[in-house]
Amino acid sequence: MRLELAKRPQHSKLFSALSPFIAFVLTVIAGAVLFALLGKSPGAALYAYFITPLTDLWSLHELAIKAAPLILIGVGLAVCYLSNNWNIGAEGQFVMGAVVGAMLPILYPGLQQSPLALPVMLLMGALGGAAYAAIPAFLKARFNTNEILTSLMLVYVAQLFLDWLVRGPWRDPAAMNFPQAPRFTGYAVLPELLPASGRANIGILFALVAAVLLWVLLTRTKKGFEIRVIGMSPRAGRFAGFSTRGAIFFSFLLSGALAGLAGISEVSGAIGRLQPSISPGYGFAAIIVAFLGRLNPLGIVAAGVVLALTYLGGEVAQIEVGVSDKVVRAFQGLLLFFVLACDTLIHYRIRFVPSERPAAVLPEAKSDA
Amino acid sequence: MKKLTLALAASAAVLFAAGGAFAADKAKACFIYVGPIGDFGWSYQHHQGALEMQKNLGGEEKVEIAYLESVPEGADAERAIERFARSGCNIIFTTSFGYMDATNAVAAKFPDVKFEHATGFKRDTPNVATYNSKFHEGRYVQGVIAAKMSKAGVAGYIASFPIPEVVMGINSFVLGAQSVNPDFKVKVVWANTWFDPGKEADAAKALLDQGVDIITQHTDSTAPMQVAHERGVKAFGQASDMIKFGPETQLTSIVDNWGPYYTERVKAVMDGSWKQVDVWGGMKEGHVVMAPYTNMPDDVKKLAEETEAKIKGGFNPFTGPIKKQDGSEWLAAGATAQDGELLGLNFYVQGVDDQLPKQ
Repeated sequence: MRLELAKRPQHSKLFSALSPFIAFVLTVIAGAVLFALLGKSPGAALYAYFITPLTDLWSLHELAIKAAPLILIGVGLAVCYLSNNWNIGAEGQFVMGAVVGAMLPILYPGLQQSPLALPVMLLMGALGGAAYAAIPAFLKARFNTNEILTSLMLVYVAQLFLDWLVRGPWRDPAAMNFPQAPRFTGYAVLPELLPASGRANIGILFALVAAVLLWVLLTRTKKGFEIRVIGMSPRAGRFAGFSTRGAIFFSFLLSGALAGLAGISEVSGAIGRLQPSISPGYGFAAIIVAFLGRLNPLGIVAAGVVLALTYLGGEVAQIEVGVSDKVVRAFQGLLLFFVLACDTLIHYRIRFVPSERPAAVLPEAKSDA
Repeated sequence: MKKLTLALAASAAVLFAAGGAFAADKAKACFIYVGPIGDFGWSYQHHQGALEMQKNLGGEEKVEIAYLESVPEGADAERAIERFARSGCNIIFTTSFGYMDATNAVAAKFPDVKFEHATGFKRDTPNVATYNSKFHEGRYVQGVIAAKMSKAGVAGYIASFPIPEVVMGINSFVLGAQSVNPDFKVKVVWANTWFDPGKEADAAKALLDQGVDIITQHTDSTAPMQVAHERGVKAFGQASDMIKFGPETQLTSIVDNWGPYYTERVKAVMDGSWKQVDVWGGMKEGHVVMAPYTNMPDDVKKLAEETEAKIKGGFNPFTGPIKKQDGSEWLAAGATAQDGELLGLNFYVQGVDDQLPKQ
């Protein structure tokens, strides 16, 4: 006997809406079993994981810091994926955005005293990310290259380029030969939202504004319609007069620009300088966020916050309950598994296909053979 | 659902009760690790030091330990450290260079909590201390052994990142080797990672293919040791005693022995005598310990022990005459390098077959 996924003719609106909550309850149950088997109090562990990070104001600031790049990159990727362009290289575009944006404070430190410094840096960051995303877009449009491979490989190029910069030409002379660029100062630092209660910066506003704008773009404009049509059927798109190449460039440049903006925001905000590693994999985690949010910009905002919460909660669980780092990650995996499984079961049902019986039992099969 | 809510409320109550109980007579020491505690290298040894400290100071009754593993060196570090500072830690050890800005930023907000940053140089507020060990003293001893054991006269060195500490270690190793064989050479492969068994193993293989017949590493996994074992050459362990990963392969290992320092510092917090320091301890202080000398003839073992004794007696591996890689003089005969100069070291001595990135 084997299992098969069969597409449901129509899916239930009710269960579509309930799916995230069902997934959450299943995760809580599975997590409780997991923690109990480890000899930890399931209640304490789950409380530490999901509730404690939300009980302090400063911790909410940290949640915003962690969620901002995930959302900003995730909404850009959603446009890409809806148009059937598989940009896997947002991590590289994030790094290149940070590098290009950081050129201003590092190469012209004096300009950091001008109020124009930040807007220019952010613009440069977005352009840097977009330019870097233009490479796989061009290769795909011109040579029909597989963009999954090219955009992914360019991630490593960007990371090594940054590594070389901060160890070589951009190394801070005052850093005792350690690999870091000088700290940003003055107007080059991304302003904090509410400095009295925590260190969240205006990066989260960029993320929310981008999410709303892209939601409008995708649902209320002709461009959004064009992207969806091309994504679902390039042939139908061509008949409608939509340019497939145009969609490749549009979606890659847009998602690259947003990843680049996230990159420069991260280094000028939360980190404060360029250093060999500026991202714990935001560009890749944002792919998960994009799909968790079902490629809907508003859903992605929620997904970004949830994923950020699992990072924060994981730390609290390690500190307060004493579960290991590995368990925390396994639990994060459980959450993603249940969310995706629930979503899959809304659109598909599992069918048991009986294995073929021996011919002797089914005489009518004999004649076929 | 009701049961779950009850369970949550009950556990929360337990949690808060436990939170209130200790503060008075119990110290809480917290540790941030850059890798997993199971790396058998850097983070593993810090954790061993933490456990030793707890045992020395009266066990769980007296000292509570909390730790976070694999904390990335970026925006996440500041949150992790602040979470510790708010969770009642009296002293927080941040055990990687990349936590420097984050440690100082959080320390400024929590003047009553003590912060100890390993391998850094910034102490912005009086509640931040820095500490590090003179691992290069151990590398000098390794160099002496390597020159005695190698037939090719070339050792392979798997390095992590070109920061002063690593450059210092390479130089010290070469100087130790050249004290036995003046023509001794070292080939370097940069793995660009602190912990990646796959990359480290590849680096070891690449070096062995270039004709080196002894392997040493400044990365944290046991992979190079295992490759050396497969190829039948000798190797040095790193950070911890890796003898069980190469019983016929390991010559010795530099063991990072953080226990004594952690004991001293947490004790100081408990009796109220904690003060800002910048500690750079070596073999003499017991912060750097050599694993037993194995898999070598008795005369080599004797020379290694003598070298170790000489360093404990105050000998500085960076004692002139020493020439830089390009042949120009660095230290005149009898002169020794200053600590400040070593801590910012960015050039090789003669005998290193490699180029450092230029600024």
